[in-house]
Amino acid sequence: MMPVAGAGSPLAPATQGDEMAIITVPGTTGERRRAQPPPVRGPRTARGRKVRDSLTGYAFLAGAVVCFAVFAWYPMIRGVIMSFQRTRRGVTTWVGWDNYERIVHDPSFWTAWKNTAYFTVLALIFGYAVPFFVAILLNEFRHAKGYLRALVYLPVMLPPASALFLFKFYAYDPSDAGLFNAILKALHLPTSQWMQSPRMTMPAMVLASTWMNMGGAVLIYLAALQNIPGDLYEAAELDGAGVWGRIRHVTVPQTKLILSLMAMLQIVATMQLFIEPLILANGAGSQDSATSVAYLIYQHGFFQNDLNGAAALGVIMLIVLGGFSAVYVRLNSKL
Amino acid sequence: MSAPQYRKVAAFALAAGLGLSLAACSTKNDNKGAADGRVTITVDCQPVGAQAELLRDWNADVVAFQKLHPNITIKSVSVGAQCDNPPDFTARLQGGTVTDLFYGYMTDLQQVIDSGQAMEITRYVNKDTISTWDSIDAGAKAAFSDNGAVWGIPTKNYSMGLVYNKNLFQQAGLDVKNPPKTWAEVRAAAKKISALGNGIAGYSDYSAANTGGWHFTAELYAHGGQMVSTDGKKADFNNDMGKQVLQNLKDMRYGDNSMGSKQLLQWPDLLTNAAAGKVGMFVGAPDTTTAIVTQFQGKYQDWAMGPMPGQDGPAKATLGGGEGYFFKKGLTPDQVKAGLMWLAYEKLTPGKGQFDYVRAKPENQPVGLPQPQLFTVGSEAQKQDLELRKANANINVDDFALFENNPVPIKFEPPQAQAIYAVLDGAMSAVLTDPKADIGAQLKKAEDKVNQVLTSNG
Repeated sequence: MMPVAGAGSPLAPATQGDEMAIITVPGTTGERRRAQPPPVRGPRTARGRKVRDSLTGYAFLAGAVVCFAVFAWYPMIRGVIMSFQRTRRGVTTWVGWDNYERIVHDPSFWTAWKNTAYFTVLALIFGYAVPFFVAILLNEFRHAKGYLRALVYLPVMLPPASALFLFKFYAYDPSDAGLFNAILKALHLPTSQWMQSPRMTMPAMVLASTWMNMGGAVLIYLAALQNIPGDLYEAAELDGAGVWGRIRHVTVPQTKLILSLMAMLQIVATMQLFIEPLILANGAGSQDSATSVAYLIYQHGFFQNDLNGAAALGVIMLIVLGGFSAVYVRLNSKL
Repeated sequence: MSAPQYRKVAAFALAAGLGLSLAACSTKNDNKGAADGRVTITVDCQPVGAQAELLRDWNADVVAFQKLHPNITIKSVSVGAQCDNPPDFTARLQGGTVTDLFYGYMTDLQQVIDSGQAMEITRYVNKDTISTWDSIDAGAKAAFSDNGAVWGIPTKNYSMGLVYNKNLFQQAGLDVKNPPKTWAEVRAAAKKISALGNGIAGYSDYSAANTGGWHFTAELYAHGGQMVSTDGKKADFNNDMGKQVLQNLKDMRYGDNSMGSKQLLQWPDLLTNAAAGKVGMFVGAPDTTTAIVTQFQGKYQDWAMGPMPGQDGPAKATLGGGEGYFFKKGLTPDQVKAGLMWLAYEKLTPGKGQFDYVRAKPENQPVGLPQPQLFTVGSEAQKQDLELRKANANINVDDFALFENNPVPIKFEPPQAQAIYAVLDGAMSAVLTDPKADIGAQLKKAEDKVNQVLTSNG
């Protein structure tokens, strides 16, 4: 709770207390002030110290505020403004909802949303569940713990583009020479065209994306798992719970909050699907099967001389993601 | 601290921080036409360090030019390999960080005008600033003009034909001197070449990142078709010609299996495969061989070129394009003139700059390619250029003679080109990745989508 509210409300405590604003929790200051003896030094020096302390606080704050203002808030506001304008022949005019209308009528608009939703759902099923079970598994190991954890985290350290090129050229090669096809063939299973098959495009992207990103989630789950008191498991075992029983009745309830938070983060992150289609599918993929909303924004902004349409789609996406983020903030406040 | 004080401090901190970061963001503007008559201009797309010889030549040209014009200073800016990457160009253009003279494609004209970052230069362009101006190809000039107003200077142009690998032709028992002239012949040759095995594609084509639609357009032009109706309002490819384009590809891909298993290719993918000796034929311009050699480690000796194939005989038209330089808005007249003189020296004078064949001959650069063909055939400049080119050729000119001596009418790109190409990627990827693809349905779908694009942008 504290970091969220504390950073956002430095004003209130600063006006009444003598603590540094950014580390003050509302409520505590007043109490502590009451408990303190009256100031020994004169009012001028106390005031000087207050100013000095506050200034230090604001100086620290300034960096973050400037970074957010320049790289997040300003571009966001600018994006919203641009979505209601159109620049033609160097002249920018207000065009109302024209850009929104145009972008909704883009031939790939609904395909992009469908693809993105499909990816998000698949990623939720695999990319979300797999790390949890990997974490449970890792938590059970008694030996080589550090080694195994490093192994799971390793892909996260690869730059995403390099990891995806590995998949593209090595694993998803549609000929029999491809890694996955070679394995399938050795097992006498039918091979796949991978990224060249519209049906396989999304599952293949989810597979690569999960492999790339799950390390971080696994570590978070591991931390949560280690916070579960061991006696709960003992009690469950005494009550006759098997492995599944223990996971269901102890592990899941104890990590519920982390699980739901991670689900929200996962949705917001996967809906911004971009680099996977860009690299694995060279953009739209076979018959538009890889086009994502973010890729469509990129197409309009950078290829089709339509930054305003791109901005409109960006705003639509912002609103959708904002909905999910609101759920996240609500969950976060329960932490 | 009281509330007003807090506000003051916060405002100060914010202002200081913003000021600092904005100062860091803004690009330094060089002295514009200083009083002492000295003029400085910045120019982008200086060759990258990896192209050592091209870079050395460019720098030598800058020195020589400045000696000729002591009052002009050229500041070269390398933007890495970004000159070939449209998204990077768009980012620089829209961000307002282009140089005084900036490089762009013919198809960037609309985007450049719309961005408001460029200036119209009609009144500066004449024989005084560019001595060869009257000899420059009218089509290339028109591609950088808008309703008679000149916005850019063409520095390269190309048109497409059939590029083929002589080595593979020989190995497959095909006649190197007699490349396919129709799509039926392309198909037959592709079958023989792919029979060599080893993952070699007899014929290769694009289907991703808008390049699929780009080549669909080129091949449709070859059949005599057009992408958009003459009034620019309706898609015009859902017909027998469009079907034939896709059918040819599907027959090769799935009928003969002569196009290799890896599809969804975009520009560098195909050329990488070609440089590795894995592609027998593809549709491209003469400068693709330059890219194969300078960027993808291929060899000139391997490549030759014939005219664009047509359905039953020579192609009815071929897709053309090219590149040039635009001028940033707000330049002084002296800066514009200096820029034009630099372009004239580096890009538009026979025997100089990009046409300095004597210098290029011993370097790993092709001399003798039929394009760029910037000067009108029959003009003094063209004759001079041709003579110098022949005298210094370091590639086998005969390898490109069929292309050069059988010119096909050049047709430029349709309006809303990139949006239309993005749509046609779908149809191209369908016939190249799905053996069951229904060509009629794919074209209908693409037609509806292109009509949608034309309506909503109209």
